[in-house]
Amino acid sequence: MTLTSSNERLMTPTNVATVNEPIDDPAEAPAELVFEIRDAAVDYGAQRAVDGVTLDIASREITAIIGPSGCGKSTFLRCLNRMNDFIPGAKVSGQITYHGEDVYGPKVDAAEVRRRIGMVFQRPNPFPKSIFDNVAYGPRINRYKGNLADLVVEALTQAALWDEVKDKLKKSAFALSGGQQQRLCIARALAVSPDVILMDEPCSALDPIATSRIEDLMVALKRDYTIVIVTHNMQQAARVSDRTAFFTTDVDDQGERTGRLVEFDLTNTIFTSPSDPRTEGYITGRFG
Amino acid sequence: MTATLTSRSITESSASPWRQVKSGLATIAIVAALIVAVIPLVLIIAYVVSKGWSSVTASGWFTDDIPIFSRAVGPGMGPAIVGTLLITGAATAMAVPLGVLGGVYLNEYSAGSRYGRVIRFFAEVMTGVPSIVMGLFVYVVWVLEFGLSAFAGALALGALMLPIVIRTSDEMLKLVPRELRESAYALGGRKAGTIMRVVLPAAAPGIISGALLAVARAAGETAPLLFTIGFVNASNTNLFHDANTALSTQIFKNAISVYPGQIDRAWGAALTLIGIVFVFTILSRILSTVLARKHQS
Repeated sequence: MTLTSSNERLMTPTNVATVNEPIDDPAEAPAELVFEIRDAAVDYGAQRAVDGVTLDIASREITAIIGPSGCGKSTFLRCLNRMNDFIPGAKVSGQITYHGEDVYGPKVDAAEVRRRIGMVFQRPNPFPKSIFDNVAYGPRINRYKGNLADLVVEALTQAALWDEVKDKLKKSAFALSGGQQQRLCIARALAVSPDVILMDEPCSALDPIATSRIEDLMVALKRDYTIVIVTHNMQQAARVSDRTAFFTTDVDDQGERTGRLVEFDLTNTIFTSPSDPRTEGYITGRFG
Repeated sequence: MTATLTSRSITESSASPWRQVKSGLATIAIVAALIVAVIPLVLIIAYVVSKGWSSVTASGWFTDDIPIFSRAVGPGMGPAIVGTLLITGAATAMAVPLGVLGGVYLNEYSAGSRYGRVIRFFAEVMTGVPSIVMGLFVYVVWVLEFGLSAFAGALALGALMLPIVIRTSDEMLKLVPRELRESAYALGGRKAGTIMRVVLPAAAPGIISGALLAVARAAGETAPLLFTIGFVNASNTNLFHDANTALSTQIFKNAISVYPGQIDRAWGAALTLIGIVFVFTILSRILSTVLARKHQS
């Protein structure tokens, strides 16, 4: 049994299978779009944190968002699964559609949006529960009817963690190393059969070896999932992503800082021949 | 300058002699302050143990009725122990669930609303209300209507405990990292389920400590019980009917007596009360450590 088959029991399949062989040049791939973002903006109270973001996120690709600190990368990422709903005073405007449906539409169930669009955070944040219960949490709250133990094994296997934890599923998740905890968080996200996984600087608290394992994992997961990753690490974006969006911060006359999308293109293009001088300045290390 | 600093051996301190003297003086002052702070505690416990030990160890102390005649010498204190457990237990059963829910409301639902701020403010004010005022309040709204009972005492103690439980729950819930809630939401979790399954378990050790603090305070309260439970000499296990008695009020009543037998019983009751609070403290420490360790080994 594969996770995709349990997918069908948990949710109605929303994405039609696209090309399964590795896409060498994503530009040539038939771009089935998961997100279409038009002129999205986020306000925190009176302050505009992110403004005028327009970009498309294609299915089964890794889209990286890079940029200097405070440029609104994470804020933008959190718009995609309505995570900003919990921040008092945060308001999202513009249009964000997910498979053609408005994510902020009046009839949308935000919890269902978040189940389909999973998230992995900057710091590994397992629940204070056992390894098994961490992975089983999502299926349980979503009233999963199938065999929970099988699902947990699958999710842990997909997250490349099974071999390391198979003998200690009852142990506390805190007994794992940081890198293992982060893969546990990925397994936890996979267990609810999401369609998209958002990753908010998932490796910034990890050492290089753990980071490289997560990167390998991301590339492997790309076959079944659409991944959007925010990262501080340009090499990471260059290594794993198919497309890259570069954000930066504009400071206006009043000193208000607003994040903006500068350039969005194939990762290769961004890192070899960016069209905007600010992108070039950032990737060559002149600022940020 | 750096040359002289690095050329010296590390056994030669570069600190001036006066600085070392100051450091020594500060250490002595801190140790002295600690001793001064501990002396009263040790004295109280030693004194109560020495005075109360013979009463407590006399056979029948924990089970016998309280002698009716003031001049009687010897045990027991059974009814007061029953009363203290009954009243404190009922107060805890009322105040802790309500207080935890209040803390959950303040921290998880009110989100800076005006109503939430008003409640938080009043919870803080209530922490400072003198306990006798709580007793008076219950006397007026309950005892005048329904008479003295353990339940009336429990109402007064519960009212004292409530703000403490609300505030500690509120504070402990505040310490639960936002990321933990967000990861539950990111799995499609809803608010109530996330609070029940993730937030409250994470805050449980702290909430239990806070609740215990409230229980310990309530168990020793005397003033609010004086005119809500009254005095009896035989055990009354009925929570809602007739007067009752408690260790704290027995200490008060017997300690101001002139008869040696009663004064001995006051000491015995004091030692018993300290013992009960001590046992509950230990139990709750164990519980809260077990809960905290359960998933953090």
